[in-house]
Amino acid sequence: MTRHIRHAAFFCALLLAALLVNAARIQVVEAPSYDDNIANRRTSISRYGQPRGDILVGGEPITGSHDTGEPLRYERTYTNGPMYAPVTGYASQVYGTTLLEHAEDGVLSGTDPLLSPFPLWKGTARDRNPGGDVLTTLHPGAQEAAYEGLDGRKGAVAAVEPATGRILALVSAPSYDPSVLSGNGSAVPRSWKSLNRDPDRPMLNRAVRKTYPPGSTFKVVTAAAALDAGVVEDLDKPTDSPDPYRLPGTRTSLTNAGGGCRDVSLRKAFEWSCNTVFAKLGTKVGVERMAATAEAFGFNDADVRIPFSVSESTFDTKVDRAQLALSSIGQYNTRATPLQMAMVAAAVANGGKVRPPYLVERTTRASGATVSTAGSRPARQAMHPSTAVLLKELMVDVVREGTGSGAWIPGATVGGKTGTAQHGLGNSGTPYAWFVSWAQGGRDLEPKVAVAVVVEDADADRGEISGGGDAAPIARAVMEAVLKKSPSDGGR
Amino acid sequence: MTKAGTTLVAADAPAPAAPLPRRRGIELALIVVAVLLSVYGYCAVGLARHGTVPPGAAGYGAGLGVLALVAHLAVRLRAPCADPLLLPIGVLLNGLGLVLIYRLDLETPDDLAAPTQLVWSTLGVALFIMVVLMLRDHRVLQRYAYVCVVAALVLLTLPIFFPSVNGARIWIRIAGFSIQPGEFAKVLLAVFFAAYLAANRNALAYTGRRVLGVERLQLPTGRVLGPIVAIWLLSVGVLILERDLGTSLLFFGLFVVLLYVATGRTGWIALGLLLAAVGAVAVGQLEPHVHSRVEDWQHPFASIEAGEGPNQLSQSLFAFAAGGMSGTGLGLGHSILIGFAAKSDFILATAGEELGLAGLSAIFLLYGLLVERGYRAGLALRDPFGRLLAVGLASIVALQVFVIAGGVTGLIPLTGMAMPFLAQGGSSVVTNWAIVALLIRVSDKARSRFGVPKDEEAAVAEGHDDRAEASR
Repeated sequence: MTRHIRHAAFFCALLLAALLVNAARIQVVEAPSYDDNIANRRTSISRYGQPRGDILVGGEPITGSHDTGEPLRYERTYTNGPMYAPVTGYASQVYGTTLLEHAEDGVLSGTDPLLSPFPLWKGTARDRNPGGDVLTTLHPGAQEAAYEGLDGRKGAVAAVEPATGRILALVSAPSYDPSVLSGNGSAVPRSWKSLNRDPDRPMLNRAVRKTYPPGSTFKVVTAAAALDAGVVEDLDKPTDSPDPYRLPGTRTSLTNAGGGCRDVSLRKAFEWSCNTVFAKLGTKVGVERMAATAEAFGFNDADVRIPFSVSESTFDTKVDRAQLALSSIGQYNTRATPLQMAMVAAAVANGGKVRPPYLVERTTRASGATVSTAGSRPARQAMHPSTAVLLKELMVDVVREGTGSGAWIPGATVGGKTGTAQHGLGNSGTPYAWFVSWAQGGRDLEPKVAVAVVVEDADADRGEISGGGDAAPIARAVMEAVLKKSPSDGGR
Repeated sequence: MTKAGTTLVAADAPAPAAPLPRRRGIELALIVVAVLLSVYGYCAVGLARHGTVPPGAAGYGAGLGVLALVAHLAVRLRAPCADPLLLPIGVLLNGLGLVLIYRLDLETPDDLAAPTQLVWSTLGVALFIMVVLMLRDHRVLQRYAYVCVVAALVLLTLPIFFPSVNGARIWIRIAGFSIQPGEFAKVLLAVFFAAYLAANRNALAYTGRRVLGVERLQLPTGRVLGPIVAIWLLSVGVLILERDLGTSLLFFGLFVVLLYVATGRTGWIALGLLLAAVGAVAVGQLEPHVHSRVEDWQHPFASIEAGEGPNQLSQSLFAFAAGGMSGTGLGLGHSILIGFAAKSDFILATAGEELGLAGLSAIFLLYGLLVERGYRAGLALRDPFGRLLAVGLASIVALQVFVIAGGVTGLIPLTGMAMPFLAQGGSSVVTNWAIVALLIRVSDKARSRFGVPKDEEAAVAEGHDDRAEASR
C-alpha cells in the first residue's frame, strides 16, 4: 500500500507541475498576445484611466478631458471642435484616433517612453506616465479667419509660414464636432453612422486628405519650370502662342475664358490666366523637366507627414504631349491637396526653397518639460532664386491688377494666383474655385504667410474665373490675421 | 479518556518515548504569520484603492486571529501531535480568500460577498473545532460508512427538488442561505470509499476473473465490486442530472485513486480510465453544455473572432496575462471583467492578475503542501482505513484544485467548482475546514505512538500485504 500511496502522491505532484507550467505559459509566454487582444479592455481602461494630454493652439488648450466616473473614465472634450477637427481629429473610446490625436497618441496617452523620467528604464509593470501636451504651430487668428471665411461651404484652407514650413491654418468644411465620438455611449455609434452617411462627408479632411485638380493655380509651377528651363527668358517678350491652341496629336482645341491670349507675354498670360500659353509652355518644357519641378514642389510624394499623413499630390509623368499640355494647366491627372498648393505659394515667397510643412512645434510632459521639438528640416530648392523673384512679381501683378484683386491688403505686399478647376464627367461638375497667395507685411523682412484656398461648388458661372471671387477674400482674411500679429507670438 | 490523560501528561513532562516533536509552538507562529499576511493583504487593497487602511482592518484581523487561535487551542488540547502545517495553511488560504472577495466586493457595491463568507468561515472553523474535539479516533468513522454513503446520496439528490441556478441544479436555498450539499457529500463519500475499500481490499486485489487472459487485467468479482460501482454510478448519474461536471470528475478521480491505493491493480484502473475517457468524449460530443465547454477550451477566443466579445474563459486568460510575473498589486487589477462567478469559480484569476505568477505559484504550492502533508499522514499511519482516508481527503483537495485551476487557466475544459478556501461559497469553506480537521485528526494519530492499541495488528497486516506484493 505504501508504494501505491507514493504513486498517487507522485500523480498529484504531476498535476501541480502541470498547473505551474501552465500558469507560466499564460502569464509570461502568452501574456503579450493576450494583452494585445482587441477584446481585452485592460488597455482601454488604463488608457482612459487618466486624463489625456492636451493639444494646444497659441498656448491655449483646444482639448480637454471629462471625468465620467465610468470604467473608461476620461472622455475627450474639444473647444471649437469643428474648427479644429481637421487638425485634432477625434479620440474616441470606440473608434480609435485620427490625425494629431492619432499621430501624437503616444505622448497624449502617456505611453511614449520619452515621457518617462527615465526613458531607458523599462519597468516590469506596464505603467503609464501622465499624458503629455502637444503644442501646435497653428495661428489661432488665421484658423478662425479661415473657418469663418469658408462658413460651412465645402472647401478647405491651408496656410503655412514660408520660411519655416510651420502650418498656420488648416481648415476643412463642412466640419464636425469630434467630441460626439469621444465616449462609449449609445449616442456615439449613432453619431458615427450619421457622420459617415452624410453626403457632405464632414469627417473628410479636405485640406490634406482630398486632392483637387489645381487648375490655373498650377500655372505657378509651369511658369517656374519654364523660367528655370530657359524656355521663357523675358517676362514681357511675346510668346509664340496660338489661340485657340490645338493639343498636339489631337483635333481638340484648347480655348481661353477671356480673349487676347495670342502670342501674349508671360506676364500677361499669367495675369489673365491664359490656358493656351501655359499648355504650350508645358509641352515646350517637356515632361521630364515639368515633372522634376513639380516634384521639387512636393508633388508625387506619398510620404508627407505633418505628422499625420498627407494625401499624395500627383503630376502624371507617363503622358503624351496633349496630356502634358493639359497637365501643365492643372488638369488631366494633375491633382493637389490644398496644403500642397499652399506649399507652392510658400516656395515662391521663400526664394524658391520648399520647407516641409509641419504642425507640431513641441511636445511636453505634463509638467511642461520639453520632450521633443520640431527640428530644422532640410529645405528643397524648387526653382532658382531668380525665378522665384520673377514669379513673385507675376503673382503680385495678379493681385494688383488681375483676377486676384480680392486678396489685396493695404500696406502689404500680396502675391496670388486664381484658379478654376473643372472636374466631373465631361467637365460637367461645378468647378472648384482656387486661390493661392502669399503676403508680406509692410515692415516684414520676408513673406510671413502663404495660403491656399479651395471652395467647391463655387456659385459662379462656369467659365468665369471665380477663384478671385470666392476664394480670394478668404485668403485675404487669413493673411491679414497672420500679418496683424507676428507669428512668433502666436502658435507658441 | 485514558488516552487523553496520557497525552496531556506527555505534553507536560519530557517524553522520551515521543518520536516526533509536537511543534505546537511552530504552528502558533505560522498562524500568526498567516493572520498577519491576510491583514496585510486587506490593508493593501484599501491603500491601493482609497489611499487609506480600510476601517475594518483591525476588526478583520482580530476576527481571523481569534478564530485561528481558538482552532489552535483545540488542536493543542486534543490533537497535540498533529502536523503543524495543516492549520496555518488553512488559515492563510481562508484569509487570502476573504481578502480577494473583499477586494472584488469593491467593484460590486450592491452585491457584497465578504461578510457572508466571513460568517461561513466562522462556521467552518467551528466545525473544525467540533471535529477535533469530538472525534477522538478517526477509526470510529469506519463504523458509520453506510450512514455516510446514505447521507451523501441524500445530499446529492436534494438539489434536484430545488430550482436550477445558472444551469446547474446543485444549490438548495434555506433561509436566505444557499447551500451546495454536494460539497459535504465529498467528505462523506471519501469516508465511505476508505472504509469500504479498507474492508474489502484483499478481496478486490486477489480474487476475480481475468479479462482477455491478461493477468493484470483481472476484474474483481461482481459481489465485491458491485456495491461500490453501483454507488459510484449513482453519484455520477445524479451529478450529470444536476449538470455539475466538476464534482462528477472529482468523484471519479477520488474513486480511481483510492481504488488504486487500496488494491494496487493498475490493470483495471487503466480500464477504468479508458472507460472514463470514452465516457468523457461521448459526453463532450453529445451533451451540449459540456460540448460548449470543450469548444471554449480548444478555442478560447473563438467568440472574439466571431465578433461576440470575449467569453469568461478569455476574460480569465486576459486577467492572468495582465498579472505577468509580479502582478498589478492587490486592488489594482480588472478581473471583475470576468463578470459572473468572478468571486467563486474564477477567484483564481484575481489572484493571478493582482499577485502575478509569483503569487499564483505560491498559492499552488500552499495547496501542494497541504496535499503533501495529507499524504505524509497517510504514509505514516498503520491502519488501512486511516491511510485511505488521509489519501482520499488529500486527493479531494488536489483534484479539486487541479480541476478548477486547470479550468480557469485553460489547461483543461472548464468545469464549475470552488477553489478550496479561496472561492466564495459557504458549503465549500465549511467542507474544506472539515477536511483539514480530519487531516489534523489522522496526522495526530500518525505522528504519535500513543493510543494506537491495534498498531501491531495493523503492522502485521501491512507486512503481509508487502510480502504478498513482493511475491507477485
